[in-house]
Amino acid sequence: MAFSVPANLEAEITELISHYPQKRSASLMILHAVQEHFGWISQEAVEWIAARLELQPINVYELVTFYPMFRREPAGKHVVKVCRTLSCALGGSHELHGHVCQKLGLDAHAHGLQTTADGKFSVEFVECLASCGTAPVMMCNEDFHQAVTAAKADEILGKCA
Amino acid sequence: MPQEFRLILKYADEPGYTPDIECYLRHGGYESLRKALAIAPKTLPDGKVVGAPEQIRDDVKLSGLRGRGGAGFSCGLKWSFVDRRSGKPIYLICNADESEPGTFKDRQILHKDPHQMIEGMIISCFANDVKLAYIYIRGEFPEGARILNRALNEARAKNFLGKNILGSGYDLEIHVHRGAGAYICGEETGLIESLEGKRAYPRIKPPYFPAILGLYQCPTIVNNVETLCAVKHIVGMGGAEFAKLGTPNNTGTRIVSVSGHVRKPGYYEIEVGKATIGQLINDFAGGLREGRKLKAVIPGGSSAKVFKAGEKFKLKKKGPDGKDIEQEVDMLDLPYDFDSLMAAGSMSGSGALIIMDDSTDIVAALANLSEFYAHESCGQCTPCREGSLWMSKALHRMAHGEGRKQDADYLLKIADNIPGGRTICAFGEACSWPVQSFVGKFKDEFVARGEADEARRAAGATRPSHS
Ligand SMILES: Cc1cc2nc3c(=O)[nH]c(=O)nc-3n(C[C@H](O)[C@H](O)[C@H](O)COP(=O)(O)O)c2cc1C
Ligand code: SF4
Ligand code: FES
Repeated sequence: MAFSVPANLEAEITELISHYPQKRSASLMILHAVQEHFGWISQEAVEWIAARLELQPINVYELVTFYPMFRREPAGKHVVKVCRTLSCALGGSHELHGHVCQKLGLDAHAHGLQTTADGKFSVEFVECLASCGTAPVMMCNEDFHQAVTAAKADEILGKCA
Repeated sequence: MPQEFRLILKYADEPGYTPDIECYLRHGGYESLRKALAIAPKTLPDGKVVGAPEQIRDDVKLSGLRGRGGAGFSCGLKWSFVDRRSGKPIYLICNADESEPGTFKDRQILHKDPHQMIEGMIISCFANDVKLAYIYIRGEFPEGARILNRALNEARAKNFLGKNILGSGYDLEIHVHRGAGAYICGEETGLIESLEGKRAYPRIKPPYFPAILGLYQCPTIVNNVETLCAVKHIVGMGGAEFAKLGTPNNTGTRIVSVSGHVRKPGYYEIEVGKATIGQLINDFAGGLREGRKLKAVIPGGSSAKVFKAGEKFKLKKKGPDGKDIEQEVDMLDLPYDFDSLMAAGSMSGSGALIIMDDSTDIVAALANLSEFYAHESCGQCTPCREGSLWMSKALHRMAHGEGRKQDADYLLKIADNIPGGRTICAFGEACSWPVQSFVGKFKDEFVARGEADEARRAAGATRPSHS
């Protein structure tokens, strides 16, 4: 089936392109919009965006491979990001990450994003989230959580229906 | 005991203070913009007429404001480099990428007082004849981006933004652009590439100085969130008044992020240089936890060279007779400003202190930072791409019980071969400084770790004791 976007996303994309004197500048914002809608960036999406911006697919694909936030495969329904970097590590983020992984049956030593078998959760160890004063921190989808204990993490995961 | 001096964060944490425009206006918001737009042209004795924008630029120079993003470069001087004769449009970009580990000050401003930054940005754009500007915000701040978009819409509705702002004839548009998780987008030329829709590969300088060949090869100003807020206050109180805050050559206030092993981590706004590192740790951040001793302090974000507890520095100070006198200063007694920290061989960088007490495994701490840099190198320059990865791999090995006694020298050798003009951008320095300083200052610990691991392996033990 040919790739297509719904009318409201199409309108959002048109608006985004109008923010820049050169169309290509809109590519990151469009990738965000497309990923928010579909959950990931497929090859068809790359080609569609490239055509929309009058670029070659490689011009868009190289962004997807460069910027860590863009995904080339679907993620779980809820995406959990735990901060890995120094201040959070001093505040126990490795223990937090280990706890979250164990609870969800994931490998705490695996690299990159991993998803549970039921597709409900993805967990990722990420770099400094700019909230080092309230370590350890984690994001669940777009929500930000500070000073996360194991109990608080359980509560956050439990609230994800 | 030194006190916080809240200029930029004056209202942010007040109960009931909200990020909407009505609240901002009730607290005197956009008065500085009105003042800026109303500045009358001045005629000099030689008949030359100086317009409002140029007067503001002069005032920013007079204020002594130095950039709060990392390099501490004079804001007035940066603005004076802008090529105003090319006939090309001039762009301004607010750097809200805040990704230097340890730093969490811009987030406070963006979330709690977005209009203050927007007002500072509009004034800065007016002062530099900018008609189109962007806020580059890191991708992991989705809430921040929403707050900014809402605030920009409110400002547009009140005609602080858009066409013919407050009847002045000045037009300006500002858009929010989101990054997507790459630290190198904070480096200004990487940021510009990213805003052009490309990989954030920093550009080589010369020739690509943003002030001359920036966004779309046009003159471009990149300023940090906090720097732009300071501009609002400079226009509000006047550059000369602003220059009275802080200390000579280190004027104004600074929001210092304190994290790590302290009882009250958090952000503290001080007059620059009016508190020492020791006061920031003990008086503001509540000191170390019960029974703990200080081991090390990273004074300006993860890229800044580490200070070891007890380290002493010889600093030059002006005596009462105006002559330089040399003084020995303990690390904790260094005034928190740009110049003192530079004189002590490090930097105040992004204004972020990371405190480590004596429970810290210094090898593991450096391994953590090196993994960050190995992950974030953009990969254009061989010394940076390979060097950051080698250092990270060696440190990972050491942190997991597979050290060798020559690892300390091996690490220093790699680190010494990355910076110093061998790379396109300052990330080369940023990734080698932690290694040079950690290994340089805690060498005995690194060597001892390697020796212990070797002895254990020689004895036939396979399980490392500390992995
Ligand atoms: C590797 C690297 C990362 C940087 N990250 C940031 C950042 O996250 N935020 C920021 O404001 N400046 C950052 N900078 C500094 C910018 O390049 C630039 O100097 C700054 O935004 C200028 O603003 P200022 O003069 O107002 O400080 C970084 C620099 C380097 C070399
Ligand atoms: S120094 Fe590193 S981050 Fe900077 S351009 Fe070179 S490879 Fe990229
Ligand atoms: S180190 Fe975790 S938020 Fe900065």
